[in-house]
Amino acid sequence: MLTAGPTLRVPTDTWEFVIVTEAGQRHRWDWKQLMALPSERPTVDLHCVTKWSKLQTRWQGVSLDVLFEGVDTAADYAMVHSYGGYTTNLPYEDLLNGQAWIVHQFDGEDLTPEHGGPARLLVPHLYLWKSAKWVRGITLMDEDEPGFWESAGYHDYGDPWREQRYQGD
Amino acid sequence: MEFFSDDFTDGNALAGPLREIFAVDMTEATGRCVSCGDEGPVAGMKVYAHAPGLVARCPSCQQVLMRLVRGPGSAWLDLRGTMSLRIPMPAE
Repeated sequence: MLTAGPTLRVPTDTWEFVIVTEAGQRHRWDWKQLMALPSERPTVDLHCVTKWSKLQTRWQGVSLDVLFEGVDTAADYAMVHSYGGYTTNLPYEDLLNGQAWIVHQFDGEDLTPEHGGPARLLVPHLYLWKSAKWVRGITLMDEDEPGFWESAGYHDYGDPWREQRYQGD
Repeated sequence: MEFFSDDFTDGNALAGPLREIFAVDMTEATGRCVSCGDEGPVAGMKVYAHAPGLVARCPSCQQVLMRLVRGPGSAWLDLRGTMSLRIPMPAE
């Protein structure tokens, strides 16, 4: 279980998720609103940069396709923000087309703080540091910018099938 | 409101990885936090090692002071959260 800092305990009554477009438009959901959205139950394999994989993990959450439905953007990149200050960047298109979710259940149980609850990003086709725990929002950007690990030697994209661990891989 | 838990070690966990880069024991150096200005020894930082790299945080305000990533042929050291490091040196 990989964490760049303390385990955060974010109460659902103050939790919020905010998408900010490159034009500065804000789209906000509180916990009740997130729970009211249609959810999916993806079963996916996870790949960690420290060389372990966990197969057939079962999650429940809201597809980013649903959250981006009413968002007007032509951005190419996204910065994911977490409670506690963690960030990670990825191309906007990697968040769409059934590739990414805001998940709040793991294995049929509410996501614990240790696993990034109450909600984390799940982007299983990239290395797990991209699946930000304690997610609180996404900022859309015209230009790519490095996140927390991407600015300290980790690969900008992080494709596990091409073993893109470090810059230059 | 956010609540923090206590799953970290102290800055002595940085001794080996930093000795690879610097010739002296950097845990005796004194760092100043960009965020709160507090000053203290590297050995007193809160180090989170359960991550792709080592993350050292300020014991006073949790600001990230140092990130250290060791790849197969390179190490990356990010000190943007540290205003300065005072490193003990032999008298000239």
